[in-house]
Amino acid sequence: MPDLTEPFIRNGVAIDATYAEAFDMRATALVITAPTLRWARIAANSMTGFATSVIGCGVEAGIDADLDPEATPDGRPGVRVLLFAGSTTELQKQLVNRVGQCVLTSPGSACYAGLAGTEPLRLGDGLRYFADGWQISKRLPGRHVWRLPVMDGEFVCEGTTGLTKDAVGGGNMIIMGHTYSAALEAAEAAADAVAATPDAIAPFPGGIVRSGSKVGSKYKGLIASTNHAYCPTLRGAVAESALGPEVGAVLELVIDGLTPAAVAAAMRAGLAAVIALGPQRGACRIGAGNYGGKLGRHHFRLHELLP
Amino acid sequence: MSSRRFVLRGEPEQRLDLSPLTPDRLAGLDIAAIEALALHTTRRCVTVGDMFRVHAGDAEHIVIEGGSARLDRVGAAMQSGTLRIEGDVGQLAGRLMAGGRLTITGHAGDWAASGLRGGVLEIAGDTGAYLGGPLAGERTGMRGGVVLVRGQAGMRAADRLRRGLVIVEGNAGAQAGSFMVAGTLVVCGTAGALPGILMRRGTIVLGRANELAPGFVPTTGADLVFTRLLARGLAPLSDRAAACVLAARSRHLGDLAALGIGELFVGV
Repeated sequence: MPDLTEPFIRNGVAIDATYAEAFDMRATALVITAPTLRWARIAANSMTGFATSVIGCGVEAGIDADLDPEATPDGRPGVRVLLFAGSTTELQKQLVNRVGQCVLTSPGSACYAGLAGTEPLRLGDGLRYFADGWQISKRLPGRHVWRLPVMDGEFVCEGTTGLTKDAVGGGNMIIMGHTYSAALEAAEAAADAVAATPDAIAPFPGGIVRSGSKVGSKYKGLIASTNHAYCPTLRGAVAESALGPEVGAVLELVIDGLTPAAVAAAMRAGLAAVIALGPQRGACRIGAGNYGGKLGRHHFRLHELLP
Repeated sequence: MSSRRFVLRGEPEQRLDLSPLTPDRLAGLDIAAIEALALHTTRRCVTVGDMFRVHAGDAEHIVIEGGSARLDRVGAAMQSGTLRIEGDVGQLAGRLMAGGRLTITGHAGDWAASGLRGGVLEIAGDTGAYLGGPLAGERTGMRGGVVLVRGQAGMRAADRLRRGLVIVEGNAGAQAGSFMVAGTLVVCGTAGALPGILMRRGTIVLGRANELAPGFVPTTGADLVFTRLLARGLAPLSDRAAACVLAARSRHLGDLAALGIGELFVGV
């Protein structure tokens, strides 16, 4: 339960005196290039599909940024993708599966390391066998790539990418509006601001999650269930509802970053965007999800991130 | 601190083995000890002090002022630091070099970079035959590192190349890249007859080729993503090599008389 005793007010928007509780994660980054930005994004979107939550997807992933040709290894348009998981083993498994099924298969694509990292994760080193003996290993200055003959030419894939153990997952903000449309407009503004922040992603659809969850369930075997305290349709029926009568709809942003600083920067940008809209067009209140500080060692206090 | 300098007193009367004069082998030695090091290759003893005036300086950076085609094995087995020779050198320059940077401002003889394992060897002038190649009885030539020849290379440059990068900005003699096992060879000028003959794997890029071996077959892929990547990797080392890669107009697979999965890009 958030502490509602002393909300901060900015531009008419109430900000709960609470914090987002976040966790250590393992993460990596890729650069995907293609003949056009459109095809680079198609490959990246395909690869980061069904990657909203480690609870059911194994990995949380999203596009960090579009890259100009000058910023990519092969001089073609590209995108940078971030992937987060709870363990190195799961991250490695998801990385090879997703690149193999979604990037290797995408017309004209190539895939490179997007992070130096402290340890290597197999990328092309795990995909090369698809070439059935025709794979070519090339060590270029500062880079080792595999070249796999495919039907439109070659799939070029760097041998490894980097792993970071400094990543943080679960930064969040809960956006509450008088109406559904106001909550959505505020959440969209926040998602756009987070998307523009480097080294951070909001992995849910469009960057927004409407089914925020709590830990556990009344049903045996479920590790997460609906966050009933923030469901407006249950207000009045549940004693622990966190919503006042002024709240008509709630949406949440979940943010993963390569560093705690990246998560803080993304939350700061998201808060600023929501506050700038004001309570009539956007959110009337902003909160954050936590577990009483017992599960995650990273606490992002909203009042410390205000503009 | 300035570099440690060795000034050649005159033309040697015999071929000299300069392999002791590398930063790693001279580490910890004082001037007297250095001057006592033997360089001779005949029964007549010649020391560093006999041939060079030695000036103290940064032990990690060595400059040899004055060259001769009788100065063999310059930078051989070098591990680290920099070694610059202002003049010509003889054969086996950079032989089995594993790290650091060796710069030769003049010409080099045969077997320069023979068996190179790492580091960068730059030759401002021409080089002789078997650039990077193995000596008799060895199975492979270069196994890593970068060789950059600003001038011409003799016959069988990059012979039995196993790994690493060889750039020749000028022309190369006959059978460049012969028996290549892997790695990359770029010849910005014209290659002599039968480039890549009996190569197994690896990449050869030629500005111009007059005669390919019959075991090379034309295939598609002169504009692969890989060529962009290679050009970008080469650009910091040699603008000419990067331009040569991007100017490739045809790609051949071969040598089918060997394993046959090497590739040969040709500009004209």
